[in-house]
Amino acid sequence: MHEMGICDGILTASLEAAARENASRINSINVTIGVLTEVQEDALQFAFSVLTKDSIAEGSTLNVTMVPARSVCGECSAEFVHGRFDAKCAECGSYVCTLVAGRELQIDSIDID
Amino acid sequence: MQVDIAKGILEKNDALAEENRERFARSGVFVVDLMASPGAGKTSTILATIAALRDRYRIAVIEGDIASRVDAEKIAAHGIPAVQINTGGACHLESDMIKRAVDTLDLDEIDLLIIENVGNLVCPTDFDLGEHAKVMILSVPEGHDKPYKYPGIFQVSEAVILNKHDTVGVFDFDEAEFRSVVHDLNPNAPVFALSATKGEGVEAWTEWLAARVEAAKAVQP
Repeated sequence: MHEMGICDGILTASLEAAARENASRINSINVTIGVLTEVQEDALQFAFSVLTKDSIAEGSTLNVTMVPARSVCGECSAEFVHGRFDAKCAECGSYVCTLVAGRELQIDSIDID
Repeated sequence: MQVDIAKGILEKNDALAEENRERFARSGVFVVDLMASPGAGKTSTILATIAALRDRYRIAVIEGDIASRVDAEKIAAHGIPAVQINTGGACHLESDMIKRAVDTLDLDEIDLLIIENVGNLVCPTDFDLGEHAKVMILSVPEGHDKPYKYPGIFQVSEAVILNKHDTVGVFDFDEAEFRSVVHDLNPNAPVFALSATKGEGVEAWTEWLAARVEAAKAVQP
């Protein structure tokens, strides 16, 4: 359940930003999350519904954009998308790869009134 | 109205981790975060480490568990200051928990602080605690295929301990393959094979750790 801690981070930053804008309500929060963070969207949505209670974000929508894992091969330079458990070059089979996407944990924007 | 934020979700955790790190630096404390599955031998490895280094360094331990004080009591029984954090269900430690635990310790009386993270190969990976090094322990019975399944934790670790090494033959553990995949994932991380409860092979690990403790003391302002 690290989703609860991650959701707390989302909500804290969103409420701070909303307060700076003197918002009365948060309608939606947009986040980008890499699949390698092992965040389950269902668990994140559940945590969100619990943590937003009695805040100006209660009833708001959490829009999650999941980013697939992508690496560049250190041996043949191929760039490839891979699953969570197989960071192995699709071209030459090497494991010497540098991850370029898939660990994102970012709040992109919020929609407020 | 749309407002751009574009900031890291864990920014608050990371900022507090940085405060912890500065606090450790001021007192010249080296902090290592031990991560592993439940049952891999985190507490046994800590006890073996204490046995090897307690004459050279003042050691304290922060124990992270979902519940119970079992581990802290084991450590305290050896006369080492131990703080238990109960996460109450959370699967990893966060920097504010470490801050509160550290508040109960006298950092100026400590050279080496060992944090035992909650048993888990996934969640602790992304959370900076303010430690100087994350080190993971894999135990032989878990199987040599774990680096394929949990690459993230092997990539963030500065060293890898292969515990319960005395059981390699029993569990059909392919050590050469394990070392090769760990090397591919993290070429700079040394792999220390040891058997914590038997005290075998512990020295290479504790000397690596001692060198890091010395380096932290040397840069103390």
